[in-house]
Amino acid sequence: MPETNIREALRQTLREALQQDEHVILMGEDIGAYGGSYGVTRGLLQEFGDERVRDTPISESVVVGCGIGAAMGGMRPIVELMTINFSFLAFDQIINVASTVHYMSGGQINVPLVIRMASGGGSQLAATHSHDLAGWYAHVPGLKVAVPSTPYDARGLLKTALREENTVIFVEHTAIYGLRGEVPDEDYSVPFGQAQVMREGGDVTIVGYSGSVHQALRAAEMLAGQAIEAEVLNLRTLRPLDVDAIINSVKKTTRAVVVEDDWCFGGFGGEIVALIQERAFDYLDAPVARVCGADVPMPYAKVLETAALPSEQHIVDAALAMR
Amino acid sequence: MTTAKARAKEEAGTPEELLGLLRQMMLIRRFEEKSAEMYARGRIAGFLHLYIGQEAVGVGAEAAIEPDDYVVTHYRDHGQALARGLDPNAIMAELFGRTTGVSKGRGGSMHLFDVSKHFMGGYAIVGGHLPLSCGLALASKQLKNGRIVLCFFGDGAVNQGEFHEALNLAAVWRLPVVFLCENNLYGMGTDIRRVSAEAEVYRRACAYNIPAEQVDGMDVLAVRDVARKAVQHTRDGKGPYFVEAVTYRFRGHSMADPEFYRTKEEVQQWRTRDPIPLFERQLRDWGLMDDAGIKRLEDEAEGVVNEAERFAEESPAPDVSTLYDNVYEE
Ligand SMILES: Cc1ncc(C[n+]2csc(CCOP(=O)(O)OP(=O)(O)O)c2C)c(N)n1
Ligand SMILES: [Mg+2]
Repeated sequence: MPETNIREALRQTLREALQQDEHVILMGEDIGAYGGSYGVTRGLLQEFGDERVRDTPISESVVVGCGIGAAMGGMRPIVELMTINFSFLAFDQIINVASTVHYMSGGQINVPLVIRMASGGGSQLAATHSHDLAGWYAHVPGLKVAVPSTPYDARGLLKTALREENTVIFVEHTAIYGLRGEVPDEDYSVPFGQAQVMREGGDVTIVGYSGSVHQALRAAEMLAGQAIEAEVLNLRTLRPLDVDAIINSVKKTTRAVVVEDDWCFGGFGGEIVALIQERAFDYLDAPVARVCGADVPMPYAKVLETAALPSEQHIVDAALAMR
Repeated sequence: MTTAKARAKEEAGTPEELLGLLRQMMLIRRFEEKSAEMYARGRIAGFLHLYIGQEAVGVGAEAAIEPDDYVVTHYRDHGQALARGLDPNAIMAELFGRTTGVSKGRGGSMHLFDVSKHFMGGYAIVGGHLPLSCGLALASKQLKNGRIVLCFFGDGAVNQGEFHEALNLAAVWRLPVVFLCENNLYGMGTDIRRVSAEAEVYRRACAYNIPAEQVDGMDVLAVRDVARKAVQHTRDGKGPYFVEAVTYRFRGHSMADPEFYRTKEEVQQWRTRDPIPLFERQLRDWGLMDDAGIKRLEDEAEGVVNEAERFAEESPAPDVSTLYDNVYEE
């Protein structure tokens, strides 16, 4: 499948996992008969049957908890949550159990569970369906957090997630499920903790993840028109975080803009800024800038939602202000 | 299941009352058809969940409560909001995302609010509003203001922990809540029988010692009468009551539903039990309705809905400068 989109890349990877390992099962609301709320799992029920592809009740807590238990019991479950917001109903299981039990049991138990969740705003779904809170999960030791932004990464990161011995929070941005890109036929994986330079440049580093990588790329294009060469860094995973890639790029460019859909206050981008000032303070020619979602619950009306989301223009403005 | 087949006309209610029920159901139907049309034309965005097929539940239950009582519901909320008497113009404007909307364009279809009507909201986290119904009821009880809470939710909500937590709390604290499950047999694309160990939802209430019954949700009078009994029970201080209204949504879950999970025949079968023609026939049998009367009600609904569209269309979108309004109460 050389050229494909994120949705198809994920589906193909799930299909292969189901084919190759009988321990792999999928569980989630409407992943089977309905075909998945974003269509990722379409056809898999028909192909693998309802013991491998399990439609669940609307019960996020028990579905995730059951995934944790099944992982403890020797399975390789993959749980799909329709939206990251609904993962809050399973927060207890994720934070109090999945992330802690390996440590608490002195290393006896591990939880090789992948929890896929859709996230992000932009579809006018208002305040209860538009969060982008991958950063919340990245806060928690014991979890790993993958944030793909291209079909290549979606497949490669999911492959790595499926080989993990720990719980992986796998965040899929809803705005880019249809995004197309090259995906090689041969077997490959994208290791966790390795950021990717999506575009090279010497004037400013734009750090992004998930959907914001594409805004960063568009912003870099716009900046090039004003003779500013931006380097765009795609984090790919938030935990583990490729700190060296960030620091090396900033040492080169001496300026940085950190972009995320999430709220600024207390957000993951603040961690990146802290790391930059710890390790590259002497290289900086300007304070590090942040571009985030507005500090409000997501509004429904189009004009307000657009205003509440970060945009390429915000990134451009931030970069220009550093000159 | 409680049905109202051989009901005497005299017991059913006054002619005005009965015509009022039909009028409300027809208005909801027309409003929803218009919403679908506006969605197709790009005026409405996000998720849009229509109430078409379920009108008898919202209308019947609303007829059993007082204006001072509270209503809370889930995201499939236009029907209950209209039945509650929220302004159709302001509901349509909300769907359009305009400042004149019931939630000032902030909430959209899934999050309608009108506190002046004690319509305490549409909530889009499945099961998430059941705990609120306990709290509203607790406040009513402590404040002795006599208000009861009518809490609507779907069959999909009954497998959430919050459902069980709310029923238990309401029962042990004898809170005045009527839990009304609109069982339309599907939670999104999932047949209730595939995911619920007990698909006769009302029977779950017995685990909490809450009196419960199932009613034909296509029969507006049956719903109203069972709801009246439930409301009386809670008003008398006897604690919560549970009603399961068995109904069906004729349209997809939302506008994006490919409907792989059910057959056209099944939908067709249920359409023969469409609550509006059913009630219309009943009224004709009683000599309370004729062709001209139906035409009048149709024209009336059409007029209200067209006016709502015009109002929404002409209303301004929110100004970006108001983005940060109402994050906190100042
Ligand atoms: C906690 C949570 N999980 C999942 C969803 C996605 N979702 C929205 S509606 C729905 C189905 C709910 O079905 P039901 O309660 O029967 O109501 P109906 O749509 O049939 O009126 C689902 C799964 C959600 N909104 N909230
Ligand atoms: Mg339902």
